Amino acid sequence: MSVVYTSHHFRAQATSALGEANLQRALDRTTTLLQARRARAYREFEAFETTRDAASRIKEHVLRHLDHYLERFEANAAAAGCKVHWAETAEEASAIVVRLCQAAEARTVTRVKSMLGEEIGLPEALDRAGLERVETDLAEHINQLSGDRPSHIVIPALHKTREQVSALFKEAHGHERLVEDIGELVQSARLNLRTKYFAADVGISGANFLVAENGAVCVVTNEGNAELTMQLPRVHIVTAGIEKLVPTMDDAAVLLRLLARSALGMELTQYTTFLTGPKRAGDRDGPEEMHIVLVDAGRSALLADELAPILKCIRCAACLNHCPVYGQIGGHAYGGVYQGPMGSVLTPAAASLEKAKDLPHACTLNGRCVDVCPVKIPLTDLLRTLRERTWRQGLVDRRTRWALGLWGRLVRSPRLYRLASRLGVRALRLVARGRPALARLPFAGGWTKGRDLAVPEAGGTFMDRYRRGER
Amino acid sequence: MNDRRSRADIGLFVTCLVDTVRPSIGFATSRLLEQAGFRVHVPTAQTCCGQPAFNTGDHETARAIGERLVETFERFDYVVAPSGSCLSMIKTHLADVFRGDPTWQERHGALAARCHELLSFLVDVAGFAPDARYEGRVTYHHSCSGMRELGVRGQPERLIAAIDGLAYAPLEHPEACCGFGGTFCVKYGAISTAIADDKVDDIAGTGADTLLGGDLGCLLNIQGRLARRGQDVKVFHLAEVLAGLTQAPLGRERSS
Repeated sequence: MSVVYTSHHFRAQATSALGEANLQRALDRTTTLLQARRARAYREFEAFETTRDAASRIKEHVLRHLDHYLERFEANAAAAGCKVHWAETAEEASAIVVRLCQAAEARTVTRVKSMLGEEIGLPEALDRAGLERVETDLAEHINQLSGDRPSHIVIPALHKTREQVSALFKEAHGHERLVEDIGELVQSARLNLRTKYFAADVGISGANFLVAENGAVCVVTNEGNAELTMQLPRVHIVTAGIEKLVPTMDDAAVLLRLLARSALGMELTQYTTFLTGPKRAGDRDGPEEMHIVLVDAGRSALLADELAPILKCIRCAACLNHCPVYGQIGGHAYGGVYQGPMGSVLTPAAASLEKAKDLPHACTLNGRCVDVCPVKIPLTDLLRTLRERTWRQGLVDRRTRWALGLWGRLVRSPRLYRLASRLGVRALRLVARGRPALARLPFAGGWTKGRDLAVPEAGGTFMDRYRRGER
Repeated sequence: MNDRRSRADIGLFVTCLVDTVRPSIGFATSRLLEQAGFRVHVPTAQTCCGQPAFNTGDHETARAIGERLVETFERFDYVVAPSGSCLSMIKTHLADVFRGDPTWQERHGALAARCHELLSFLVDVAGFAPDARYEGRVTYHHSCSGMRELGVRGQPERLIAAIDGLAYAPLEHPEACCGFGGTFCVKYGAISTAIADDKVDDIAGTGADTLLGGDLGCLLNIQGRLARRGQDVKVFHLAEVLAGLTQAPLGRERSS
């Protein structure tokens, strides 16, 4: 496998994330801001609920008729002059891209941020093939310089503070002094990347939507780097998951109304580009060749699974931005390509449930992700489905199983249950010796390490007192 | 209206946390429901709603508990619980464990339609007018399951507005989870505590001396963190304030 998953180290990774001062600062600065921006964008967008319903229906319709729309897309993209490739696995997909780069005798390739590219291990594959890989998205440029993976599907360098970026650029861009102004930092990256756009032989992008009716590829960005990456080199390669299809341009428009609002609280991204085929006779610019690699990588298996609704995801990251767990630990702790609630559904499918068994459980089930999802994915239901699988497959730790087994026997027998709760209350009051709360309690360190535990009220359980006539 | 109500029987689902840790919430609940004109019954066959099993993935145990719950409570006109999360387990999630079994689905469906979280029941069904007084600056934490799964939004505020003597200061982030999450709070204690910290900061920002809520789980979590950080905020279930049972805040000695 080309992508290294570390989701089995979730606990250790989360614990260390909680102690990383820079990460905590970055998360504090970003997540509440994104929540406020999204809320404002939707306050000003009265048709939110109806648009959301429409978006959800479009995605469900496409998934039900995916074979039909894939064939239509392939035919129309081919008619527009694209070459369509099919990849069943992640490895196959990155191998196809590498082969296309080699066939183009490429030395330098530019890339637009694409989570699918990360999923198929494309950065690693290009590096291994000896190609000079240039990440043109500002955040991915930062990640490339520091050797980091994306920690957020929309804001890949969310884990870094601007102070860290200043230091990084001073080194990498050869600044004489520490540049702290964000505008100046952006300018520095821009100057640094500009020459690479012209040197690149191949440009590689993902796709936000694939339009079946005309074979168009839609890419949205805020930096304009996608246009330079997709237009200037001789060859443009698109990698896209098969779930990215929409039937028509109108359908794409419905989803576009939700994507940037949900992601960043913007009505639209700065750039929304539809590409239909390579340069035609008479066109002044555009690539000579355009390849589209359609990637399955487990998607058709998901389609037949209870987890299928996750394929509706348009990668807006609203669920990450509103997840209390993501807000505390950031993205790297999840140990996969995708993070937060949607990542906790996708990573078990990609890395195996055994390796990702913590992810569905590391969630408070508060449901805010479901509230903000623009395509109505029932994320908490999907996570509960995965929890049920961890239970059935024996992946829940022995201590929890043992405790739940004992508890399960008690709750099925009211009389035993009463006795046990009576004894439990008495024991806690005995340990507390008159104190109203406990700061430490054996076997309850998970709670008492950070919180006091209120001691049960005097006088016994409610059921006992009620039975004695107390009202 | 009152005549019809006096014939309506409510099965009170106490919840295991209220039963063991804070019986005062149970007494407050039964008093309020009686004040509102209902007959309150507390079946002794009740135990837990089954969330620990269901949310860990053990649907078999959750189903066994669910069958007993339906049998115990289906004879009442209403089932009421002073907790959004337990009530939603009974009303909403039990449907999942009965999936594929029409007989139980039907029995559960008939019961689910009559299940209500206490605060929303008082406002939406009972049209209850509180007669209560509380001196203090009060803020309120909405529990997530009540808010999102049962639509408990606004009813607590309406009840609070009807209490004499208090000043209400809403949280800046009322939609934010407190980090409790049932078994999550012990399985991932450090993350849970970090989430609770944000909630505690929000509470501090309101300048409130009292935190109210509708779910004891969340309240235990937040109170535990408030106390550990040495923040002097009194914590009660809103039902306790409505019923005037405010002698001893959660996790504190009796002050009178």
